[in-house]
Amino acid sequence: MIADTRATYDGVAVAVPVTVPYVRYSIRSAHWFIARALAGLLAESGLAKQDVDGVCVSGFLLFPDTAVGLMQHLGLSPRWLDHIPMGGACGIVALRRAARAVQSGDASIVACLAGDTNHVDSFRQTIASFSQFARDAVYPYGSGGPNASFAFLTDYHMRTRGTRREDFGKLCVAQRANALKYPHALFRKPLSLEEYLAARPIAEPLRLFDCVMPCAGAEGFLVMSAERARRMGVNYVRILGTIERHNAYPDDPIQIRGGWALDRDALYGQAGVGPRDVNVVEVYDDYPVIVAMQLEDLGFCAAGDIGSFIRSRSFTVDGTFPLNTSGGQLSVGQAGAAGGYLGLVECLRQLTGVAADRQVPDATVGLVSGFGMINYDRGLCSGAAVLRRADS
Amino acid sequence: MTEPIRRPKRKNPVLRTRQPVLPPWPRSRVALGLTAVAADGRFALQVCTDCRAVQYPPREACHNCLSSSLAWRDQSGDGELISQTLLQHSHDLFFRERLPWRLGMVVLDCGPTVVVHLHGDVPPPPARVRVGARLDKAGMAVLVGFPEKDVANMADDKQLREMTCDPKFRKVLVTDGKSPVGQALVRGLAAAGADLIWVGYSEPWKRTAGFDELKSLPQVTLLPLDITDGRAVKELAGEIGGKVDILINNVELHRTSGIASRYGTDVARAEMETNYLGLLRLAQEFGPVMRARGADGQSSAVAWVNLLSIFALSNFPAHGTFSASKAAAYSLAQCLRAEMRPAGVRVINVFPGPIDDEWNQLLPPPKLAPAALANAVLAALRDGVEDIYPGDVAQEWIARFRENHKVLERELAVG
Repeated sequence: MIADTRATYDGVAVAVPVTVPYVRYSIRSAHWFIARALAGLLAESGLAKQDVDGVCVSGFLLFPDTAVGLMQHLGLSPRWLDHIPMGGACGIVALRRAARAVQSGDASIVACLAGDTNHVDSFRQTIASFSQFARDAVYPYGSGGPNASFAFLTDYHMRTRGTRREDFGKLCVAQRANALKYPHALFRKPLSLEEYLAARPIAEPLRLFDCVMPCAGAEGFLVMSAERARRMGVNYVRILGTIERHNAYPDDPIQIRGGWALDRDALYGQAGVGPRDVNVVEVYDDYPVIVAMQLEDLGFCAAGDIGSFIRSRSFTVDGTFPLNTSGGQLSVGQAGAAGGYLGLVECLRQLTGVAADRQVPDATVGLVSGFGMINYDRGLCSGAAVLRRADS
Repeated sequence: MTEPIRRPKRKNPVLRTRQPVLPPWPRSRVALGLTAVAADGRFALQVCTDCRAVQYPPREACHNCLSSSLAWRDQSGDGELISQTLLQHSHDLFFRERLPWRLGMVVLDCGPTVVVHLHGDVPPPPARVRVGARLDKAGMAVLVGFPEKDVANMADDKQLREMTCDPKFRKVLVTDGKSPVGQALVRGLAAAGADLIWVGYSEPWKRTAGFDELKSLPQVTLLPLDITDGRAVKELAGEIGGKVDILINNVELHRTSGIASRYGTDVARAEMETNYLGLLRLAQEFGPVMRARGADGQSSAVAWVNLLSIFALSNFPAHGTFSASKAAAYSLAQCLRAEMRPAGVRVINVFPGPIDDEWNQLLPPPKLAPAALANAVLAALRDGVEDIYPGDVAQEWIARFRENHKVLERELAVG
């Protein structure tokens, strides 16, 4: 591990994981879901709205509003405000920004909020105008959306890394088993490997259960000083280390790794722990290939060994490698930008011991990673954080 | 290997004709540069004139050195297919009606990774491919991955046929069968596998060499057509308009005079009647029904071809009034292109140099042989190109015009 000279996150507490129950479709707006998440944070923490002096927001469907418009909508007057349009990396990035705001004194209590709605036609509209490059050079090619983009990455991964459909299937099946213990998961039925393999093709080699399902919902958490958290009597989690990276490895002809590979030494160096010390892992999972990529890049196995790694582990909450313990987006649903918070909020639950019957025993150190924004041919944003329960 | 397409069955008149839908057309302005070159049948990418880095997707600044000096430069399109998918689900109506749809990711030898529509004859990755640009049904450039070497029935690929206007098994109207160009077009279309060819003719009292022989082609039906007569155009459209897949308007009236060399407006008026108003009459009578048939099965209405002239771009004073009438027709053809676009019917504008015929007798060679012009039109239909400039003279004019149209104007004025 290399020495890391960045400032630590000492004295920062992350607390109060909140989820606004997911629904497949909603006639409400993103504002509605984010408002519910904020209300949930206040109800859980006992804080008044005026106590929140920092806000960090992510939501694809807030348009034409940004975080600014939302403040008037919700009647907030924060002295620190951030809007993070980074999709699946927004949770990690929000955590980093909010922690520094609290450390510097620019804010004392930051509400981190991500949410989106899902109307019957809103997903199509989002992907049709997702980015300039996507509109110019991807969407006119079959308009498959992220399914097509991840089909390319999966096809390449299988051909060059030797991963098999069964490997990806094992991840999806285990996550479904975890989801059955998570009350907010939209997928309520068990999934067998046979069902996974025989599902209808969507964008070959991807089939139905490889693809995340868009839905509506919201997630939130609070960042404050540890001292404040103790005074309030809330359970909290400490931040050991974090990383983020954008547009890593631009010269790779196709995405076979992400920014985590570039920055993992910095992550573990700052955290003072390594992959072996981690008890619970929550990685971004809109498609299983990206789960495989993160496990490799974050050092849980050597590059190229992911197939045998998957075959020799079990990924349920009671398994040898508890992974995506709420079922991940693949079994809970992808509520737009809230997908970037899902793993982080679940990790807070695991590390504060409130994960009920999916609680990983002795969960002490958790790793959360995020991945976002298929701008053209690959996801550009990556991030990760190592967290530790406060009382350990 | 692509299955050759078959002659379509007779249309069931009870079934509804589907409404045409288009693939997604929104593009940034800078990305329309790809469409501009694809309209000419070329594949070009932006190249940084400072550091030579090749860019894709189209950009406003060089991804390598941040220069804003990016120029569209022709590329070979050679590359390697590294990944593929077969879409079985699409968010867009156009593709949803045409699933499954094959796509590839190609690393071009010149650098960038591109997403392409993948021809059915390209083997699975890793495989060498040739990438080219085509205009899709929306008239926007898209990239297509072709097999490294040509294979049999390549043009019959289901996806490719959505981007081209191959006359095979299609029904075509050629508005003038009497001119040498018209005769060459009819023979070329017959050889290309057109299903039916309606051939218009006017002035039946005037015998023209080669015209009667067209009757011996089994696909050909000769029909009287005077495009200066609105009622005649209307009647013909009522008779065959609902069946025409490709309309080629090659009627032209060509006289050789400027302003001072012929007093009065009679000849200029006659040129406008045929070259400009004739097109307008055809467009008003055949346009709506062709628009309605933009998605009428395997052989839907696909193309409208206008025989213009390179003189439409900049006036050739020796043929000054003819040039003006062709300039008017060109402008109207741009309007027609915009109006046919929602149906996915391509308007192909042909800008030939002087054709080797009576009215160009006094122009020096090289002059364009009618058969060469016909071949160029057929190639444009097959390749899905939008603007063509057949012949050496036209090629030189367009190069001069693009470099500096004002200089060309002065060159032509001086003679």
